[in-house]
Amino acid sequence: MPSVDSCRPNPEELLRKVQADERRESRGRLKVFLGYASRVGKSFRMFDEGRRRKERGQDVVVAALQSGVPPEIQEILKHVEVIPAIPTKHAGRDYFVMDMSAIFRRHPQVCLIDGLAYDNPPGSRNPHRWQDVSELLDRGIAVITAVNLQYIAEQQDAVERITGKRAANSIPAAFLQEADEIEVVDAPPDALIDRTGSNAKIDSRRLAELRELALLLAADVVDCQLQEYLDAHGVAARWGAQERILVCLTPRSNAADMLRSGQRNKLRFHGALLAAYVEQPGLPPRDRELLDRNLALAREMGAEVHCLKGTDFVDAILAFAHEQRITQLFMGHTGRPGHSWPARSPIDRLIDGAEGFDVRLFPHGGGS
Amino acid sequence: MSAKGKLKLYLGYAAGVGKTYRMLDEAQELRQKGVDIAIGYFEPHGRKETIAKTEGLEVVPRRVLTYNGSQFEEMDTDAVIRRKPVVAVVDEFAHTNVPGAERGKRWQDVYAILAAGIDVLTTMNVQHLESLNDQVFHATGIRVRETVPDWVVDEADELVFVDLTPRALRNRLERGVVYSQEKARRAMENFFTESNLTALREMALRHTAHEVEEKLDAEDAAAAVLAESPGEPAAGAQTPRRRERILLCLTGRPSSAILIRRGKRVADYIHADCLAVHVGDPSHDGEAVERHMSFARNLRIDTHVIEGGDVPGAIANFARTHGVTQIFMGRSAPLPWWKRYRETIVQQLVRQARDMQITIVAERRK
Repeated sequence: MPSVDSCRPNPEELLRKVQADERRESRGRLKVFLGYASRVGKSFRMFDEGRRRKERGQDVVVAALQSGVPPEIQEILKHVEVIPAIPTKHAGRDYFVMDMSAIFRRHPQVCLIDGLAYDNPPGSRNPHRWQDVSELLDRGIAVITAVNLQYIAEQQDAVERITGKRAANSIPAAFLQEADEIEVVDAPPDALIDRTGSNAKIDSRRLAELRELALLLAADVVDCQLQEYLDAHGVAARWGAQERILVCLTPRSNAADMLRSGQRNKLRFHGALLAAYVEQPGLPPRDRELLDRNLALAREMGAEVHCLKGTDFVDAILAFAHEQRITQLFMGHTGRPGHSWPARSPIDRLIDGAEGFDVRLFPHGGGS
Repeated sequence: MSAKGKLKLYLGYAAGVGKTYRMLDEAQELRQKGVDIAIGYFEPHGRKETIAKTEGLEVVPRRVLTYNGSQFEEMDTDAVIRRKPVVAVVDEFAHTNVPGAERGKRWQDVYAILAAGIDVLTTMNVQHLESLNDQVFHATGIRVRETVPDWVVDEADELVFVDLTPRALRNRLERGVVYSQEKARRAMENFFTESNLTALREMALRHTAHEVEEKLDAEDAAAAVLAESPGEPAAGAQTPRRRERILLCLTGRPSSAILIRRGKRVADYIHADCLAVHVGDPSHDGEAVERHMSFARNLRIDTHVIEGGDVPGAIANFARTHGVTQIFMGRSAPLPWWKRYRETIVQQLVRQARDMQITIVAERRK
């Protein structure tokens, strides 16, 4: 469960980013076609891109194929060089290992690699094919590959809940996050299922659920890419496509209501839920206790909890909300006038400063 | 009268990602299977690969309309319906017809074709969705004028997301595949920047995921209705959660359009009812209020007008009698300094509707 207590900024994260950028400079580009099921056509899209690049004069080589190549891909393979994977038997199992030394000798510009999730037999150069791919990238070779959602390690629980099955081999999501490009191969489930089968309805539903997972995974990857791009180009954070909800916690606020609504919106919008409180010195013990209870509840409900420092509550919250690209801010109110001219109430100041996000006011306890 | 045709929509995030190509690819496949298919409207944009995909497909001739002395070509919807193919191909779902055409929008033409029992394949970019209009403006600085109400897209039977990475799209532009070189150069400096394309792409991915989820939820709801035995509640069934109702407080201020889109979007996502109210004097409020009310009705929001001067009182009262759980409103106009001792409408409402959640919708600026 993501539950982070952090006071920004985070220098380690910045350093990691700089190092990653440097590594990326000399690295080959990785492009991944992501599909939510077999037969959506990811392999075809990958080989088709290889064909088009070859036609545009790039040096393209196929480094791994899956068995049972369909005719439309065979047609493409007539025009592209193949470095065959080496068939190997180990403990009664068949393996196909990419011929790394042959690829290095040949050193093409672009490698097409089908079946990214394959494992290599014990004693190989790398246990997993995706690690072989990493090595090719390190040597400056661009890779185009295709992968099915069910092999992404972090998605396997969710996939198993839907299909009741779990693939034996997997690829870490971090590998996908590092790809320069990820392209979704989408198709409506109905195109993939055998309408005559008695399980058509169940299959169609399962496929729809997998499809949603794949689309959201891609959206998250794209969101990270956008953020990296904006950071790298010194563009200030903007209101993105993802809903980001910030619950402002105080000792007396109706935290349970706000967090419940926040969690629901997070689920419905597939967004992010954050909770923040502003550190106040000299808080009475009773209030401290209430606040701690609210913070524990926030963590329990999966919110990312942040402690903010600042002399002014409203300024601290506003700065944090802008930095975090918040789209919905939840805050408690007492409903009492609490308004003494000429000073303006914190809620008014918050609303005035809410550039680009909505402010949702929740009555303090006792209400609905 | 034949049953309504099925609508399949190819959704992209920018011109040039390959929506029309994918649609025509499917059209060709259908034709090869012997399905009676005709093109109702196709926009070639001078793209060779796409034009090649229309080979062998029958095209219903467009009709020519004259407006302000110039000639425009639009889809001949009546001719498509008379021709009555099993499937019609209609490009550019979000297109606005030239004045003088029978219907204002192409999606209305498509709905007429569907009503005649013809299936339709069509294309659209995500930025034309009404509820995303402000978000698109905020992310890209571009205000999209041609919009399609969300319910029109929700009713599509199938949605296919056509993906291409922004880098690949920009390569296509550079090679002059999408537009002429000069137009492409300008496009890449303005709309087709890497960050704009990435933001739009994320919106399209999330929207497609949302539509997939909505369809699953609708199936669940239908299954639940079937499973329920009439008369008695199912054993162990929980009392259903009180359904959320969102009330939008409309005024004549321009920010009301943002309020409507945002409120409706939130309502759609959390499956809440959505209604709108305006408090005022209809004879004085004039055209802006009426425009907002009719905009809300176009998005299928129930609208109400209350006559009276006590705005917060009337809203709180309306909300209570209509079972509203959340009130959405725009920011109050700033008071002149000599009136600062007064409470704004937001403040008064917070005080008078103490049991309700109130959302103040921000204006979305670039």
